[in-house]
Amino acid sequence: MKGEPKELKIKVNGTVYELKVKPKALLSDVLRKDLKLTGTKRGCLESTCGVCTVILDGKAVRSCSILALQANGHEVTTVEGLAKGDKLHPIQEAFINHGAIECGFCIPGRVMMAKALLDENRDPTREEVRLAMQGVLCADVGYVKQIEAVEIAAEKMRGGE
Amino acid sequence: MAAKREKKSKPAVILKEEEYSVIGKPIPRVDARAKVTGEAKYAGDIEVANMLWGAIKRSPHAHAKILNIDTSKAERLPGVKAVTTGKDFGGFKWGWSRETRDEEPLAVNKVRYLYEGVAAVAAIDEDIAEEACDLIEVEYEPLPGVFDPFEAMKQGAPLVHEDRSGNICVEYHWNFGDVEKSFSESYLVREDTFQTPRMAKGYIEPPAIVAYWPDANHLTVHAAKGSPYFPYRILSSCFKLPLSNVRIIQTFVGADFGGTKNDMVNGDFSAAMLAKKTGQPVKVQYTQFDELTVCLRRHPMWITIKTGVTKDGKLKAVQTKVISDGGAYTRMSPLSNYLTGSCMTLPYHLEHFKTDIYCYFTNNPNSAAMRGHGMYHTRFAADVQMDMIAEELGIDPVEMRLRNAIKNPKPGKIYNTINELTVATCGVEECIEKTAEAIHWKKRERRVEGDKAYGLGFAAGAYLSGAKLSGHNACAAIVRICEDGSVNLLTGATDVGQGSDTVMSAIAAEVLGINLKDIDLKRVDTAHTPVDPGSYGSRVTVLAGEATINAAKDAKQQLLEFAAKEFGVSPQEVEIKNKKVFVKTNPQISIPWERVVRMACYNAPGMVIIGRGQSSRGVTRYRLADFTKGVGDSGTNYSFTAYAQEVEVDLETGVVKCTDNSVIAHDCGFPLNPPAVDTQVVGGSYHPGVGAALYCEFKMDHGLTLNPNLVDYKLPRAYEAPMTKVIHVITNDPFGPFGAKEASEGSTCTAPPAIINAIHAATGVWIKDLPAKPEKLFWAMKKKREEDHKEK
Repeated sequence: MKGEPKELKIKVNGTVYELKVKPKALLSDVLRKDLKLTGTKRGCLESTCGVCTVILDGKAVRSCSILALQANGHEVTTVEGLAKGDKLHPIQEAFINHGAIECGFCIPGRVMMAKALLDENRDPTREEVRLAMQGVLCADVGYVKQIEAVEIAAEKMRGGE
Repeated sequence: MAAKREKKSKPAVILKEEEYSVIGKPIPRVDARAKVTGEAKYAGDIEVANMLWGAIKRSPHAHAKILNIDTSKAERLPGVKAVTTGKDFGGFKWGWSRETRDEEPLAVNKVRYLYEGVAAVAAIDEDIAEEACDLIEVEYEPLPGVFDPFEAMKQGAPLVHEDRSGNICVEYHWNFGDVEKSFSESYLVREDTFQTPRMAKGYIEPPAIVAYWPDANHLTVHAAKGSPYFPYRILSSCFKLPLSNVRIIQTFVGADFGGTKNDMVNGDFSAAMLAKKTGQPVKVQYTQFDELTVCLRRHPMWITIKTGVTKDGKLKAVQTKVISDGGAYTRMSPLSNYLTGSCMTLPYHLEHFKTDIYCYFTNNPNSAAMRGHGMYHTRFAADVQMDMIAEELGIDPVEMRLRNAIKNPKPGKIYNTINELTVATCGVEECIEKTAEAIHWKKRERRVEGDKAYGLGFAAGAYLSGAKLSGHNACAAIVRICEDGSVNLLTGATDVGQGSDTVMSAIAAEVLGINLKDIDLKRVDTAHTPVDPGSYGSRVTVLAGEATINAAKDAKQQLLEFAAKEFGVSPQEVEIKNKKVFVKTNPQISIPWERVVRMACYNAPGMVIIGRGQSSRGVTRYRLADFTKGVGDSGTNYSFTAYAQEVEVDLETGVVKCTDNSVIAHDCGFPLNPPAVDTQVVGGSYHPGVGAALYCEFKMDHGLTLNPNLVDYKLPRAYEAPMTKVIHVITNDPFGPFGAKEASEGSTCTAPPAIINAIHAATGVWIKDLPAKPEKLFWAMKKKREEDHKEK
């Protein structure tokens, strides 16, 4: 059954969009195909890999497992909304400077996961960082530098930047 | 396979570390910003005007004759633009080498593994394309299949390929020295059988492609390819186009560990054919389910290893018999199984070695290369058995490794293994010593805290770098100096995440005497970049690195000659460093880089400065591997690794966790970008190594993958990751650029034995079939308790 498109009003990275989407459209599909925000990756489409992680009303969610219409009236931040102009977010800087990036495919989801963590908990323990990071899979880095990068960013953010 | 060539090449540039300006220091990745902001476009992110979506119709049988395909209903579905089947490809078959072309773009008469593609649809959106696939009616005659090599080898077993009797995909039989005599002279001879699991490549980005025909004779493709020049040749033959008309544009690649992204999937051929039929661009994007059910995997192998040693633990002879599951088509099996045999003579000195290797066709998805290619299987078996032997002899495992380790040849000398691998540098002894020291090996003791037992395990290994393959192995670079002093670097190398774009840029900057940010590396576009085998066999840094050095030197020489005239000296007297062109004897006389370039470009008659360079080591130095005899080099040089890892074993449940007490020492010759080497070494160890030891395994039932998602497959997560420390062992290999050798595949090979040895140290049980899942360990520990009880 193909449902008729329905109206969706959604705030993404500070901009309000009004568009019509199929009821079955995933949030990740609308971000990628309608809004052309391809920073949010398409991985497994079944909530296992986490590369589609975005922030929905302050919480990290997997956008492949939420219908776009469920986000109607809500606010989404994607990786494209993280930097302020040319000024990168401390998490992004830490990932670059600490060598935490290889193929980079999981990085958009991972930095959003890290942001959700650090917005809620400015001083996470290593255990808490590991727990948050396990929501996004990586296949090449071995996680060590990614865990350390989140800790470096946390320290910098506590320093008031 | 190849004639013996003994052409020596000059050693690469090696200076003292402090003399380098760019390399050998932490270099931020050139692509990091694009990746961390989401700007980096991967193949699945590519969209072009008028684009259609393609989907693949897949077989519900693992082995069946195709009697008829009716596409009429699918064609009538509104929104469908074209349908294709295997017949459209006119009998075209492809494969890894000329002799092994046994696979069709889409199966025509017979399917050989579950979900093999039989047809494809292009439609205006993804949903309609998938719905249309459901409307394609395929009539099959199911056939009995073979689902592991032991079924496949049976007399009268169903044949996967009718013309391949006995289901033999490839076999090797090599004999060096006299193993029988050595065994009879040995103090101890031990035989064990080990098993490595069916593994996914595990990358998170499934394959994707966008294909279009700018006109009837030109094909353009944007795809996630680690070796773009493989599809370039294959699509050229498939569509009968001259190579000049096939354009593969490499996107960012979401990792590749050999196999799937090296060559082709059903979706690649389908996208190109559907684009031809419709005249519109077609995109096919696999899901992770597709990736985990139909894409290439690591060979599962059964390794029987017999080893003879002296009383003091010196290896005398090794004999192996290897059985592997190659899956439905040949793909890269000849190479995987070759490496499995040829690596046995590293990293320990060995004088007698015999092996018999059999790879069988089965009705399972295809097996192929994966990080630690070939070597990881037999190195696992050999390095666990070394601990078993050490225990029997009462020798410390580290001591036993040191007694057998190949010594680092003196500068200018070569160590030859019995199967003629040529080793110019070998840091394995130093790796073992440094790892043992950093982990406080001598002070180790098994401890039990409550239900948890802790044990420390050790392993050492080797890996080839700069793979020397059969077939076309050329590797070149082009350095183009723009009139404002900025530089374009073009190579055929592909960065699939390992950081080669960064290291190639750094090499060019180092040679030219300018800054990293002055270099702009162009990713592969087969219309412009030189042909290259791509990311394959840890070859990029070693071979494309050499090509880049040579191209940069060529461009630099052109500038030096121009500057020499300006200075009124000879070119040999001029040097470039820190963006200054100066006379060596009087550095005060200097002209800024940008000014020299501009003068050279604008002065009559005006220069266009293009430097060309190539690497010849992939095809010349020493003897290329002879597959039938098992002798010769499959690598340009060889890396060495030692790894110590502590594990925590839950004695009640059998759950094993790596602790942060974890050290890897790696000899990559010289780390060109040390932090990148760290990340490569840790990543190479964790995902494919620790993953194989503890977590990862496809569960199969008659060709059906029962756990085709990354959670049930148990791809290693951040939560369990050990915070491994990396030690660099520097040996400055004369055959690598600036002394470099590979980093990462070596550490894949040391993780499984180190962890299995650690589990033994903690529990006293040996797990010989990977992965050491809790259930397996639970039963093994129970059995041991019962045996210990009986003995009392």
